Amino acid sequence: MIESNDLSKQYNNDFWAVDGVTLNVQPGQILALLGQNGAGKTTTVRMLTALLSPTRGSARVAGYDVTRNPHDVRANVGVLTEQHGLYMRMTGEEYLEFFGKVYGVDAETRKSRSAYLSDYFGLTEAARRRSGEYSKGMKQKLALARALIHDPSVLLLDEPTSAMDPESAQLVRNEISRLRSSKRTIIICTHNLAEAEALADQIAIIYRGKILLNGTLEELKRTVLGPIEYEARFSKEFDAGDLELPPGAVLASRSATSWRFRVETPQDVNPKLVNALISRNALLISFQEVPKKLEHVYLKTMADAQGVSYAA
Amino acid sequence: MRRNWDAVWLIARREFLDQFRDWRIIVPMFILVSLFPFIADNTTRQAVNFMNRFGGDLILDRIVPFAVLVIGFFPLSFTLIVALESFVGEKERGTIEPLLSSPLGDNQMYLGKLLVGIATPLLFSYGSIGIYLLLLARRAVQFPSAYMMTLILLLTFAHAVLMVSAAIVISVQATTIRAANLLASFVVVPVAFLLQGETVLIFWGDESVLFYAVIGLTILSGLLIRLGLSHFKREYLLGREIDTLNFKSMGRAFLERVTGNAKSIVEWYTVEIPSTLRQLRRPLLIILGVAVLTVASSYLWVVINTPKHIDLTPDKIDEFQQYIRENLGNLDVAILHENIPAHWVFLSNVRATVLLLVAGLMSFSTIGITLFMVNMALIGGFLGGASLIHFSPFLVFVVAILPHGIFELTAVIISTAAVLKLGAMLVTPQPDKSLGEIFLLSLADWFRVFIGLVVPLLAIAAVVEVYVTPQIIKMAFPYL
Repeated sequence: MIESNDLSKQYNNDFWAVDGVTLNVQPGQILALLGQNGAGKTTTVRMLTALLSPTRGSARVAGYDVTRNPHDVRANVGVLTEQHGLYMRMTGEEYLEFFGKVYGVDAETRKSRSAYLSDYFGLTEAARRRSGEYSKGMKQKLALARALIHDPSVLLLDEPTSAMDPESAQLVRNEISRLRSSKRTIIICTHNLAEAEALADQIAIIYRGKILLNGTLEELKRTVLGPIEYEARFSKEFDAGDLELPPGAVLASRSATSWRFRVETPQDVNPKLVNALISRNALLISFQEVPKKLEHVYLKTMADAQGVSYAA
Repeated sequence: MRRNWDAVWLIARREFLDQFRDWRIIVPMFILVSLFPFIADNTTRQAVNFMNRFGGDLILDRIVPFAVLVIGFFPLSFTLIVALESFVGEKERGTIEPLLSSPLGDNQMYLGKLLVGIATPLLFSYGSIGIYLLLLARRAVQFPSAYMMTLILLLTFAHAVLMVSAAIVISVQATTIRAANLLASFVVVPVAFLLQGETVLIFWGDESVLFYAVIGLTILSGLLIRLGLSHFKREYLLGREIDTLNFKSMGRAFLERVTGNAKSIVEWYTVEIPSTLRQLRRPLLIILGVAVLTVASSYLWVVINTPKHIDLTPDKIDEFQQYIRENLGNLDVAILHENIPAHWVFLSNVRATVLLLVAGLMSFSTIGITLFMVNMALIGGFLGGASLIHFSPFLVFVVAILPHGIFELTAVIISTAAVLKLGAMLVTPQPDKSLGEIFLLSLADWFRVFIGLVVPLLAIAAVVEVYVTPQIIKMAFPYL
């Protein structure tokens, strides 16, 4: 579990890198922390790893206070840092063995975990090669294997799939999903919004050290982009005349062959809306939700924060 | 405990393997280690031959210990790069964060790096010395005594510990490898000077002094390791990307510390200075104790040892007494004032006090305190000499030292106590302050007593020393 309350970090007595971050991530949940470069994601993660001490506020990670029990926090957290941080003259096998020892994993478990992770990430063949010879993606996978070697209950992953080919990225995402189902608490810092959308249960957007938004994807979409929109497409121009929309549905926009409706409670309103259209002989081809992506949420939030207009 | 050392060994072992897999370290080192003994051997033989051609009467056997010392030093200076980049190098390569995110303790990480930082240069140094000794064995050159050889090997070890511990302190504090390398000269140059001093001791042939040099270096290295451990903070390794020197803010912090909360000079003298003196209570007691012990030891040493070398017959003592009485009785105070004016005495004493600070800053106060002890030993020796020619040491002290000494000694004791505190502060962990902040604030504390007490006391002492003490001496000595 990760809980932080008003977590803040000031540098040089004047610059707040992180300002009042409050998070709550339960076991079995993934939180995606999104934000521009320099927004405070890494500083937040470093405070949660007990690498930096907060200037204000508090945090508990894996049941331990980051200020009072930094050693216990670090022992129970797996961290994938911004840079892979591999020792280039060590082989993959030696590297995992070294970090297994650093985390106090016993020899037998070390061996089996190392073998499992190397096998899972497709590194077995390269295990005896120096990591300096690995491709970018392989390096990233080895770094991720290092973060998982001690089977931590909390994972803090900074750009876990960066530099990976699509197959490898999928592999990593599957592993992260598997870890969620085994009740691990996970925070992912990423610029890959599609990945965040696919993996995260909670999404937090951070800007200049402050959390602007925090919630599920649906909550964020509703908050930022408004109610869900549905689009009806017709095979030829539809002239509804004095079509009366059911309560809870508002016509948002229309063209000759498509109409868009803003609906508050789709489960109640949509059947009535479809009936109303059909009753007016609309030649309906499709009726579906207008996709609103996390990307729109993110870009709109950023545009609002910077006081500029956002055009989807 | 075992787990602690297991982790230290784990870090050291990884570093060790890493270095030995890097041909850019290994190849040049092997070349240097193998070649340098041959070069040194040849050069020393040439030097001896050259000197002897002009009647220098130098024999190769005498130069061997010196050559061993130098051969041991060279690999140390080259491999210092390993220690210099131990932390900052990992920071630049981005490998430090996974290590810092692990449950390893700060001390375990630091000691692991220190261990390998010392072991690598020593391996090369002793290897190089070994090759040189093998070369000597092939010739009919007499080896240094086992005791001398042990001392030189210990000195090489002490050099390694001293240089590496200083290099690791630099590595933790520096933000780039380039900055760390530039700062390396602050390690290599003082140790090179030290080496020159040790060379003098070797040629002097007094092995006991060389032994004290080993002890001194060991203490200094211990303090450096303590300094490094005290100020090793994970946060500083990650938190600072660029070093910025904000002179304005540094100056403000310094001045605020010097002036304290005082709003007027009166308040400064009545509130701030007494508060500083209270903070200096323990160092003051220590320095006072050191002063008394040094004066007493030096007095006894002179009284016991001088008669072994000088035959002090009653006639000779009479002769000494007569000479002193006549000279001091006829002392021309006006000429004295002309030749040694009060401002010269004052400036000289101020310079000595500042020198004591500088020496203290470079050595966590140890050399500063040693210089203070040398001065106290001179007083003890002077009184011991007086006692040997049957003057009352107590009266000599009261007449010749006390009138100005009451101000001067007080000033020097306060100043040395402030230097001792400064050294102690540097090696004491203070979680909320960086090494730079501690250094600045400690310096401000010293400056506060220096400007507030030491300078005024030295000014009074100089006036008394030039205008009052000679008069008292002139009046009193004919009757002592």
